Amino acid sequence: MSVEAAPSLRPQRGALTRFVSAYGQEVVIACAIVLLFAVVSAINPRFLAPNNLNTIVSGNAYIAVAAIGMAMVIITGHIDVSVGALIGVLATISGTIAVSGAPVWLAWVVPIFVGMGVNAIVGALIAYGRIPSIVVTLGMLSILRGGLVSVTGGAWINNLPPEFLLAQQRLLGVPVPVWFMIILTIGAFLWMRYTAFGRSLYAIGGNAEAARAAGIPIERRIVQVFMIHGAFAGLATILFATQLKIIQSTVPPNLELTIITAAVIGGVSILGGTGTVIGSTLAAILFSAIGSALIFINVSAYWLRAVIGALILVTVLADMLRRNREMQGAGR
Amino acid sequence: MTSAVPVSLHSISKSFAGIPVLRNIDFDVRSGEVHALLGENGAGKSTLIKIIAGVHAPDSGTIRLGETTYTAVSPKEARRGGVATVYQELLLFPELTVAENVFLGNAPPNKAGMLDWTAMRRGARQLLDSLDSPDLDVDAKVGTLSVANRQRVEIAKALSQDAKVLIMDEPTAALADADIRRLIAVVKRLRDRGVGIIYVSHKLPEIFELADRVTVLRDGALIGTRPIGEVTEQTLVSMMVGREIDHLFPRGEPNIGEVLLRVDHLGFGARVRDISFELHKGEILGLAGLVGSGRTELALTIFGITPATSGTITLDGQPVTISSPKQARNLGIAYVPEDRGLQGLVRPMTIAQNNSMASLHNVARGIFINVATELKRGADSITKLGIRARGPDQVVGQLSGGNQQKVVLGKWLETAPRILIMDEPTRGIDVGAKAEIHALMSRLAGDGMAILMISSELPEILGMSDRVLVMHGGRLMATIDRADATPETVGAAMTQASAHEVAA
Repeated sequence: MSVEAAPSLRPQRGALTRFVSAYGQEVVIACAIVLLFAVVSAINPRFLAPNNLNTIVSGNAYIAVAAIGMAMVIITGHIDVSVGALIGVLATISGTIAVSGAPVWLAWVVPIFVGMGVNAIVGALIAYGRIPSIVVTLGMLSILRGGLVSVTGGAWINNLPPEFLLAQQRLLGVPVPVWFMIILTIGAFLWMRYTAFGRSLYAIGGNAEAARAAGIPIERRIVQVFMIHGAFAGLATILFATQLKIIQSTVPPNLELTIITAAVIGGVSILGGTGTVIGSTLAAILFSAIGSALIFINVSAYWLRAVIGALILVTVLADMLRRNREMQGAGR
Repeated sequence: MTSAVPVSLHSISKSFAGIPVLRNIDFDVRSGEVHALLGENGAGKSTLIKIIAGVHAPDSGTIRLGETTYTAVSPKEARRGGVATVYQELLLFPELTVAENVFLGNAPPNKAGMLDWTAMRRGARQLLDSLDSPDLDVDAKVGTLSVANRQRVEIAKALSQDAKVLIMDEPTAALADADIRRLIAVVKRLRDRGVGIIYVSHKLPEIFELADRVTVLRDGALIGTRPIGEVTEQTLVSMMVGREIDHLFPRGEPNIGEVLLRVDHLGFGARVRDISFELHKGEILGLAGLVGSGRTELALTIFGITPATSGTITLDGQPVTISSPKQARNLGIAYVPEDRGLQGLVRPMTIAQNNSMASLHNVARGIFINVATELKRGADSITKLGIRARGPDQVVGQLSGGNQQKVVLGKWLETAPRILIMDEPTRGIDVGAKAEIHALMSRLAGDGMAILMISSELPEILGMSDRVLVMHGGRLMATIDRADATPETVGAAMTQASAHEVAA
């Protein structure tokens, strides 16, 4: 017997139950963060020192910002493994402009547009060339990484002007990266949930053929979502490149994996069609909190990747189980 | 070994997540009989056959296979007990050959303990010949075969395991008429050979042709098991739905207006060739033909998914170009697709979200979606179409087939279409929902909507259509008025036998 008979048997669900069932993953991660802080600060109270909190949240805000764009791409049913390399390239471009004597705002803005441009090509190859996104972005990963080393020869950019270092500045006592993270997350969440554009991304990821039949221009949307993702990569670059007085002209190792993982653990189904950017941001904070916590409880930081890896497997497994259970109701 | 009752269930009950799905069911199948299992979607048929096949374990009751009594069987015990199942979604390996698929898991070894390919190919050949399929190549890859042929491979596979009971879950749901005839012949042949067959189907004519006994389930309860001679279509339907349906196809007196859509010499490659017809306001135009005759392709061309490569489309006397579904939608054309899963629904989304997907302008304020309005319209569609659901915020993946179909229909009605193309509007949905959808179609036509209905079910075509178009090989073979439309005339045009006589 299917859901048809359910109304009489199932009690009316309250607002809280509905909220938890709609945002289950987000709630779980928020609880995990609270639990982590409670446990680790009980072991080592210095975990809650302002300096450490600043490192956890502000120092890793760029990952959360990049994960917003990544979440949108994955919701649409695609993936981008080149974003780490892109951020590396954009950081070098940004630093080069900053030391050239050009206005500092140019050094902040150019990476956003370059990111959009590069990803417009990626999106077009996926949408119109009909090449799977994993293949296109793997290619782009090699191009960007190889190109970066060839052009710069691995040289670092030094002597960045102090006014360029946006990530070190504060607004109303709160570090600028935290403002970026909060505003962009909430803005993107509302945009995804309450606009026709956002809805169309969920529809494409949920069932591209049905979306096409409903009149959604799929190819155009794919290019657009990759361009938006590129813009978020540019914004993430600003936060990433302006932390220190130097920029290393290399790609941060495993950055793309960290970003993809944040999106997936945040509840964005790797199969597309579900999830929110609030989840991905919370997951990014959770990662950096775990990384920091390992240090504070005297565990080798090398365990961080293993812990995150375990989290990925658990999350994806939970996603699969939930889908199976939902499908149980139908088709009988 | 030959027991007269190879499978018998006694007092089987089963719940999922606290919701009873089967209650105290007694069921058996005898050697050499076809026992039809009937019920609406959600009645518990699939659960029952899965309990026999060992997929689910019952909460209580007993299962007897041959001489052994179990409280639950494993898939392996079921197979050893002589139970084989042909599921609706065929479980074959497309990259392996017919012979390999037939003997997968029980391949005959040769003396060296390796696979005996000669014996495998010979065995597969014999089995297929015994199924009246001498045309099927045992060395062909299964992925290259038609659905009907794959099904024969699946049946051969069941027989290779020496099945005493064969469970068939809606075997004809995806078959064209000619293939259905052949399948029915095969089922009869198996029955005559002494195999007991549990036959699940929604199609009553098949059941009357094949079954010796019929069991009806409703809401998990056994309504009755009767010899086929003691029941009529009416009694079966009322047993299934629990209420009398006096008109399965309630087409009232049509109110046909002027020409709305005109198609002239329309073509798409080799699949749609030189099609011309007119569709009037308030008309239900049936489009009949065998699977592969170009019916769906014609619909996709009119709807702009595969834009026309030749010919013209005229709407309200104005020539129009339709090169994308978006253009079609903006012209007031809606398409309810054949495959709900593929082209109709976004399963992770809610009813309200699916409902508004093709008409977001209805629920948008500026660039933003007004969620309250969206939920309200979703709730309205639920009421209007009689969708059985918890509410507009329920995820559509959880609904039954008939209710999913209503959600797809609701989505397109939200666009306020003037032309509604419905491709197999009632395929695979239960009788009650079917009648509701038919009634709805009549009402929409009564309000002046023009409906183009594609259907593989002849009774549906004959019962609902004001005129019938018949396609074959991508061409229009005949246009038949309601008065002249009989199973014979339409059937003849479908098989091209005497198309020109019929058209004349």
